[in-house]
Amino acid sequence: MPLLDVQNLRVAFHTRNGVVRAVTGVSLSVEKGQTVGIVGESGSGKSVTCYSMLGLIPMPPGRIEGGTANFDGVDLLKMSRAELRAIRGRRISMIFQDPMTSLNPYMRVGDQVMEPLRIHEGLCKAEALPKAIAALAEVGIKNPEERVRQYPHEFSGGMRQRVMIAMSMITRPELLIADEPTTALDVTIQKQVLDLIKERQRALGSAVILITHDLAVVSEVCDYVNVMYAGRLVESAPVGELFRNPRHAYTRSLMRSIPALQPKGGTLYTIPGMPPDLAKLGPGCAFRVRNAENGYLCLTDRDPEIIEIAPGHRVQNCPGCLERGNA
Amino acid sequence: MTTAAATASGEIQGRSLWQDAWARLRRNRLAVVCIFVLGFVILFCTVGSLLCNWSPHVTNLDLKAKPPGYEETLDRETWLRHKYDDLAPEEEQRFAQALKAGEGPENVTLRHWLGTDTLGRDLLARTMQGGRVSLMVAGIATAVALLIGVTYGAVAGYLGGRTDDKMMRFVEILRALPFLIFVILLTTMFGTRLWLIYLSIGAIEWLTMARIVRTQVLGLARQEFVEAARSLGLPTSRIIFRHIIPNVLGPVIVYATLTVPAVMLLEAGLSFLGLGVQPPQSSWGTLISEGADQMETYPWLLAGPAALFSITLFCLNFAGDGLRDAMDVKTAKD
Amino acid sequence: MLRFTVSRLLQAIVVVFAVFTLTFFMVRLAPGDPLATEKAIHPDVKRSLQERYHLDKSLPEQYALTLKSYFAGDLGPSMKHQGMWNAKIISDSWPVSLTIGLMALIIAVAIGIPAGVIAAVRRNTWVDNSAMSMALLGICLPGFVMGPLLIALFGIKLRWFNVGGWYEATDWVLPAATMGIIYAAYIARLTRGGMLEILNQDFIRTARAKGVPELKIVTHHALRGGLIPVVAYLGPALAGITTGSFIIETIYNLPGLGSHFVNAAVNKDYTLVLATTVLFATLLVFVNFFTDILVAWLNPKVRLT
Repeated sequence: MPLLDVQNLRVAFHTRNGVVRAVTGVSLSVEKGQTVGIVGESGSGKSVTCYSMLGLIPMPPGRIEGGTANFDGVDLLKMSRAELRAIRGRRISMIFQDPMTSLNPYMRVGDQVMEPLRIHEGLCKAEALPKAIAALAEVGIKNPEERVRQYPHEFSGGMRQRVMIAMSMITRPELLIADEPTTALDVTIQKQVLDLIKERQRALGSAVILITHDLAVVSEVCDYVNVMYAGRLVESAPVGELFRNPRHAYTRSLMRSIPALQPKGGTLYTIPGMPPDLAKLGPGCAFRVRNAENGYLCLTDRDPEIIEIAPGHRVQNCPGCLERGNA
Repeated sequence: MTTAAATASGEIQGRSLWQDAWARLRRNRLAVVCIFVLGFVILFCTVGSLLCNWSPHVTNLDLKAKPPGYEETLDRETWLRHKYDDLAPEEEQRFAQALKAGEGPENVTLRHWLGTDTLGRDLLARTMQGGRVSLMVAGIATAVALLIGVTYGAVAGYLGGRTDDKMMRFVEILRALPFLIFVILLTTMFGTRLWLIYLSIGAIEWLTMARIVRTQVLGLARQEFVEAARSLGLPTSRIIFRHIIPNVLGPVIVYATLTVPAVMLLEAGLSFLGLGVQPPQSSWGTLISEGADQMETYPWLLAGPAALFSITLFCLNFAGDGLRDAMDVKTAKD
Repeated sequence: MLRFTVSRLLQAIVVVFAVFTLTFFMVRLAPGDPLATEKAIHPDVKRSLQERYHLDKSLPEQYALTLKSYFAGDLGPSMKHQGMWNAKIISDSWPVSLTIGLMALIIAVAIGIPAGVIAAVRRNTWVDNSAMSMALLGICLPGFVMGPLLIALFGIKLRWFNVGGWYEATDWVLPAATMGIIYAAYIARLTRGGMLEILNQDFIRTARAKGVPELKIVTHHALRGGLIPVVAYLGPALAGITTGSFIIETIYNLPGLGSHFVNAAVNKDYTLVLATTVLFATLLVFVNFFTDILVAWLNPKVRLT
């Protein structure tokens, strides 16, 4: 049984400008100890997918319209607020994109790092403090005994992300959701933070969901990849399989736009057009307008189904987007 | 967070920031209603005063404190008295001429819509005239505050560095002074003159304005278009007034709208203490003060002016809030 | 932090000194004779009075003498209250003003902060809308309208309180409520704004992701940052309450400092004007000083500088 099994999740935001279907029928699963990537452009629904499972989207205007999300056999979507709260920060933790704003500037770092212990394990300050110091030491922060008394603005960006990691891992969670953990950091720091996440994951045996728009990061860290576009899952496969044999036109476009894979001196490839407005999206393949290869073949009357074309390799069955000759 | 809700439809055609702000403001129904009510209040106090048959100054001790709706029958002379105000000497002549020429109706019955005050003056006419004074004081004092504050703040922000430090330290010190005390001292010691009230209230309110403008300009002065203007050899004064100040108009307009009610409150407070507008002139503050004295016996003396004053304040505040939201301005928190 | 405190303290002292000097010359240079009375007084009496108030000396000499006596803690005799010392007048009247001011502030904070916090947490619901409509009403009803209304209702109609004066133990209620309600309205709006800004920050989402209960998010994570604008406003609010006391004490006919100041100014009681003005200035300047320190303490980023 997978640790997390999401089936057919649907999330919508009811705004003044209409209903925005942010997540439409997404299914994905995470095994114990596995690292799973969710890749997509901004607004593709990758963050909303994870936030909605944990009850972290504002409701209203957000609403979960269907699906299940079984975590260790229990459906997160059917839990009460209090039950979800008991899981958040204890069995499922999160780290966020911008370490500058994700830590509370008015609280000492130590108080923030030990807060999950105090809430979930009922430890008093004196009991939690040594654990917080140890956690900070484990993520490579020097002089943790002094640093716990400092405020976040006294830390650099990379150091703050280390604090976030220490804080989210202090309760030894079974699942860590990392939402673009390296996007706001310098390139040199990015690698360190990714390595640290992997190192902590191995030490604690946790599973990780890595949300990112960076396929290069995915290829380095993940075991399994889900590609999202316009609130839908377009392709998912083990990482090796996906990079060897990308089947969906969107996945291939994404790969072509990785700068490192492009010939030197050439113009950088970008996907033409903009992601569609999810409030106005009708039925049919959502990628058809931007599909430079065979957009004219895409489905227009109904949403493409997901088919499994190889063990563990699933893709949207749209004639215009699937690689020619194989569909 | 990369919610899909964030990817709203991009506007294609060019729209200036002002058009954008206007569109947002129009959607805020309450703010629009408030702006209309304000326009109506201003018309009421200006045009309404011209249309009114009653003079705010003519007393009639036989008709002391009559309730709203009281009807008075006027002979020709009294009617002309009301038409030709008895304050200015040349009005007196015109009154005499009109009386001789046989102008006006012989006997006419008119209604005191808001009743009369303790000297038998028409309360509606007085409320209009008082409103005119209140609005004028508010307008002129705000203009004084704008003039000083914008200039001072723009200069400090543009020059920056140590000059800015010194200039803003001075503002901070002034802000700590109990200014209302000085206003009261000025008006009691040197006589209650209307221009003194304008000046002293303006002198309080420019401080916050200077701070807001300075913060804005500090950011603008470091931007490329100012650099470009400087490289063209434009004089500093021209850069400040032609290139920088137009760019801080948004916050200035918003803050000015919110300054007007504050000034009106100050003026009314002073008048309430008897230190503001002096008789026979009146303002909403003096009317409310008179009304509060007679509240138990003649409640309508308080009701009319107080209601109008509160409605005006309410609308000014709401219109200011609406403008702020529409222009997406962060006002300083004090 | 120490440098910040010391520089602010020096600034406060400079301001009080400036107020003293400004007020002194303003009242002395004003037209009119403070010793003029309705009855004619004998030249000898007048001369002795002038001597008593140092009016026979030159202006710089008067200034030096007054400054010296202020440093010695002597506020001098009143010019209009025959035979009364300013210090005595002030010490008799300040408990009235202090009681009303403090009670008004307590009412303002006790209503304003919870209302603002609840409005922010339940934003755009009927709770928020009604709280903010009430707040706007409070802002648009000035003290000299609210005061008479409260008197009419609680003093005349219901007869719960005296309509004015300072005789019974409950006489502070109506004046304090009048001012308290107005400032509660401002504080509620500021609190709501500050809390909304903080509640929309990323670190609140972090706290939710950690499983912090909603109530604790408000009290532990949001309140400290959200209240900074409110604390920063307390200085100006107290200044407003102090100067607002001129009007409130007139409405309710209270023998407080505010009414003494206004009367002294109207009657050209130079020495009492100077004494009350310096007292008000000292109070305001030091309240501002303490709120500056408090804001710096609340905001760790400011604290360093």
